[in-house]
Amino acid sequence: MGSTGEFGRRDLIKRASALGLIAVPSMSVLSACASGGDSDDNKVDKGTKSEKNPLAVNDSAQLDVVIFDGGFGQQYAKDAEAEYKAAYPKATVKHAATQEIQTQLQPRFNGGTPPDLIDNSGAKQMDLGTLVGKKQLTDLNALLDAPSVDDPSKKVRDTLRPGVVEMGQFEGQETWVLYYAYTVYGVWYSKTNLEKLDAQYPETWDDMLALCEKAKKKGVAGWTYPGKYPYYLPFSLYPFIAKIGGREVLDRIDNLEPNAWKDPAVKAAFEAYYELFKKGYILRGTPGLTHIESQTAWNQGKVLFIPNGSWVENESKQTTPADFKMAVGAPSSLDAKRDKMPFGTLWAAGGEPFIVPKNAKNPQGGMELLRIMLGKKSSQNFIKQVSSLTSLNGGTDGLTLPPGLSASQEALAKAGQNVVNPRIGDWYTALQKEKIGVAALGEMMAGRMTPDETINKIQKFADDTRKDDSVKKYKHK
Amino acid sequence: MQHGKYRFIVGFLAVPLAIYAVFVISPFVQAIYYSFTDWTGLSSDFKVVGFDNYRKMFEDDIFWKSVGHNVLLLLVLPLVTLGLGLFFAFMLNVGGRRRKNAAVAGVRGSGLYKVVYFFPQVLSIAIVALLFQFAYNPNSGALNSFLKAIGLDSVQPDWLGDPQLALWCVMAVMVWSNVGFYVVLFSAGMSSIPRDFYEAALLDGANRVQTFFRITLPLLWDTVQTGWVYMGIMALDGFAVVQIMTVGPGGPDYSTEVLAYFLYTKAFRDGQAGYATTLGVALLIVTMIFAGVVMKLGRRERLEF
Repeated sequence: MGSTGEFGRRDLIKRASALGLIAVPSMSVLSACASGGDSDDNKVDKGTKSEKNPLAVNDSAQLDVVIFDGGFGQQYAKDAEAEYKAAYPKATVKHAATQEIQTQLQPRFNGGTPPDLIDNSGAKQMDLGTLVGKKQLTDLNALLDAPSVDDPSKKVRDTLRPGVVEMGQFEGQETWVLYYAYTVYGVWYSKTNLEKLDAQYPETWDDMLALCEKAKKKGVAGWTYPGKYPYYLPFSLYPFIAKIGGREVLDRIDNLEPNAWKDPAVKAAFEAYYELFKKGYILRGTPGLTHIESQTAWNQGKVLFIPNGSWVENESKQTTPADFKMAVGAPSSLDAKRDKMPFGTLWAAGGEPFIVPKNAKNPQGGMELLRIMLGKKSSQNFIKQVSSLTSLNGGTDGLTLPPGLSASQEALAKAGQNVVNPRIGDWYTALQKEKIGVAALGEMMAGRMTPDETINKIQKFADDTRKDDSVKKYKHK
Repeated sequence: MQHGKYRFIVGFLAVPLAIYAVFVISPFVQAIYYSFTDWTGLSSDFKVVGFDNYRKMFEDDIFWKSVGHNVLLLLVLPLVTLGLGLFFAFMLNVGGRRRKNAAVAGVRGSGLYKVVYFFPQVLSIAIVALLFQFAYNPNSGALNSFLKAIGLDSVQPDWLGDPQLALWCVMAVMVWSNVGFYVVLFSAGMSSIPRDFYEAALLDGANRVQTFFRITLPLLWDTVQTGWVYMGIMALDGFAVVQIMTVGPGGPDYSTEVLAYFLYTKAFRDGQAGYATTLGVALLIVTMIFAGVVMKLGRRERLEF
């Protein structure tokens, strides 16, 4: 022993350990992904079909539920699970709640052992387009054709709000997703704070600008938005575009048609919003705020308007003053005479996408729980707890609604048939959130890009997505 | 005497090597294999697509943007962190003059400073990032409040909301949280340098700068080099800070996007696990190149003492 080569033992060890150091981080990143096998024959036996049990649920099988623990919390689901237990006393229900839907569930999908019912929501939801494309979901038409819990003569399908079933379909007749909540998007404000300025919700854009100017003089900003998640801006911007140019403009955008974003309506809407920045009506520091921070500033009366969805009432409950009188407004008219759709045009759509995985052990149980949730009792429980509508049509009868929710109801009633539902976010998550939202709209509203530059940038993003073979494409029927 | 040497070595190495092969090498190989597939990460069926992912990667603007950020981090982070670490360690150990009759000692209160510097190290990076996220809040954060307090009402940057600043904000946090470790590491290294060297230098009339560059740094070179590699790896990662602090995807207009975070969004949001492993392989290659360069450049005559 004791030979001396090119370098000594100490050098060798040193080098080896340095290499080891390097191997560690890249390895952990690499080996984080690993796929498992597929398992097909792991399903529980079906139960016997009866009037009480139209989906033939195995009454002693375990039910495995994962709920997104976000703006709506998880209590509503627990309550519905208690109903399920009451109906099937021998069954056990395994309940889990998380904000990290994707990171927790992706390995289970891969391994072929996903849960029976998932609320696939939040910033870390799994890409629905990919799940459908890879045939990982159960067709929920069986549930939709089952009788409803409240009235056995009606199918579940016929008790839902218009548009909800269609939203869950991608191509063909299968319904892959059932949206449980019904969200009203728009410009949220406080009636109290507007009253302080002697103002009503502005129905035209000129009134909007005038009101912002008036507020600015009093040291109150006109608008804010979650600058770190600028994809909240479309909640009021997209229906604004539809109002100006008609809903076909949004359809062309959803279909990724060439030059869809070059429509004059898009430009008009962008320029109107850009003016808010130019005139200094945006709350200072907005580009650096999260959604919670911007909502809090709004609750504190530092700012009048915020684009948001109806979950905001529950989410900001802790910071909302008692006399806030929260309300939602539809996009103001840019030009009341020439706009293609009337004032009141609104974005409302299903929220909280519930899915039953194809490889679920107990898919009947998952659907049965959904059926219970879509019954009047559970729906009203949800409405009361989290002040949001459910997809069950009506369902609010006999309830005293909190201010934001009753404002949503009024806005929906006013909109009537003029409800739009842009799909770009469900179909192309990355395009909508990160490219259009953060890299384009966020930059424009922070004043770092003009509307023209923004439109060109978005059009390029949309073109890139259209050309990307690895992204599955969908079209309006 | 040489007889049975190899059998002896093999006997000792077989088990650890086998474990290494199963738990380290095989995931590597597997990951490289996945990088040639269209695996979504959401189901277990996929097909081999050849070099499609690599072609896509080379055409991907965001990929190049994140590589650029990683390279910038790689240049700036080790330089600043190690520079500060060396400076502080030197001041704490040798920088003081004629205290307590000792010829070589740290500045006054150096014991306390060591604790203060090391403090960020005991905090989880998640806590640090969250803490600074609040400090950077443009309306109520500590930084802008401070600027306001000293009368700079007109200077209220958006910090993490500004693409020009966001990456620098992230870097500042990474430096802040790492400097303490190097202060302690270098302090340990410096304490093993014989005192006589410093005393001799003092007698020869050397000042602090000369002492540092002529004695401390050369004798500490091995430690510095290790620190460099280690810091470089931090720079190539940067995931946690970016993920927590710049919550939108990779900061405003991708200004803080780094490879590791880009990989994460592809794998765990967009359902493109195959493409994500391709990015992982790219990250591996970049890391290897970095290590090779550091080893080559860092080679120096060893000083024995």
